[in-house]
Amino acid sequence: MVNQTHTEQELWELLEQVKDPEVPVLSVVDLGIVRKIERIDAAWEVTITPTYSGCPAMRTIEKEIEALLREHHIPLVGIKTSLSPAWTTDWISEKGRTNLRAYGIAPPENEVDKSVLFAAPLVVPCPKCNSKNTKMVSEFGSPACKAHYQCNDCFEPFDYFKCLR
Amino acid sequence: MTHNEALFKYIIRIGDNSLILGQRLSEWCGHGPVLEEDIALTNTALDLIGQATSLLKYAGEIEGKGRNEDQLAFLRYEHEYLNCQLVELPNTDYAYTLARQFLFDHFNYLMYQELLDSEDKQLAAIAEKSLKEVTYHRRRSSEWMIRLGDGTQESHERIQAAMDDIWEYSGELFTGDDIDQMMLDSGIGVNLTKIKAEWHKSVAEVLETATLEKPKDDFMQLGGKQGKHTEYMGYILAEMQYMQRAYPNCEW
Repeated sequence: MVNQTHTEQELWELLEQVKDPEVPVLSVVDLGIVRKIERIDAAWEVTITPTYSGCPAMRTIEKEIEALLREHHIPLVGIKTSLSPAWTTDWISEKGRTNLRAYGIAPPENEVDKSVLFAAPLVVPCPKCNSKNTKMVSEFGSPACKAHYQCNDCFEPFDYFKCLR
Repeated sequence: MTHNEALFKYIIRIGDNSLILGQRLSEWCGHGPVLEEDIALTNTALDLIGQATSLLKYAGEIEGKGRNEDQLAFLRYEHEYLNCQLVELPNTDYAYTLARQFLFDHFNYLMYQELLDSEDKQLAAIAEKSLKEVTYHRRRSSEWMIRLGDGTQESHERIQAAMDDIWEYSGELFTGDDIDQMMLDSGIGVNLTKIKAEWHKSVAEVLETATLEKPKDDFMQLGGKQGKHTEYMGYILAEMQYMQRAYPNCEW
């Protein structure tokens, strides 16, 4: 074991290297799923929260965090999963939103009250040409966290990272 | 029955509803009427199976016999599954699949709303997480009721026929027994009488917009929550459990 001490801040910075396997421009920190990094005696415990209950990326993310810490000889107590408070897209950082847009995925828009069964359709600007003249193709895109849209002006089909609150 | 035994069964019921409906919906994978619907149904299935994972994992902890979520999902016998009969009904066609989803989504939404205030903190946390997903399911299946009901003559007839057929499975959602009562008394479970009234109201509103007739409450099929299932259940388990039964303890 290498005798090394790390600060919590260093670990937060290190975890920037772990990307969401479905959205490789978002780090797990930008995505807001790393909730806590805590020192327990001589080792660390990382708490993460799932985006969606069935998100298949969670296990991959756990494995990648473990591998990364092992590589840096940082002792890990374990990775804890917490469900409450439940993840919301408000936890995606500004940097994450900018990266999403640059990658061609429309970041979450502020949606109206979800308790209303049929809310007015949401305006999602096209990440390519910024036009607000877009239409929803499907409530679900490739993964559960996205919906599928198309731009009526430049005709670009794009994913929209759904607002979850 | 001890408190823990009742709690275990209570969580298993919620978990099995999600598990079995998730399994049913996943049968549509590769068979959806259009690509977007194929993806939507399988994503809904994924949400439900994810919720089942959290619930069955927690049920295993409450039981304290060392069973994990996988063992509970794949290694029980039919009478040990406590899901309501509605979720095990066959997909039949798109109208049946969506009518079943619609009735269940409205129930699931109201149930998780109530569970947010459960005295059981882990159950409340699972409810908080699941509710966000179920809200989306409920909106989607409600929109489909309107699209099909207020669509063409054929789509109207078929969704109405599906609704009439499966309505007799909706009563079980609100029929409580001693387990429900024990959980309600200890502040953990939901008040089924209360959500029944809300369910009838919200279901009626959507059906009216969809120009569909709300079937009358008449004879209701019961028993799933006590482990008595329809003839369709065994086929689901045969497919779902095949790998674990044929190759015990196999892992990905």
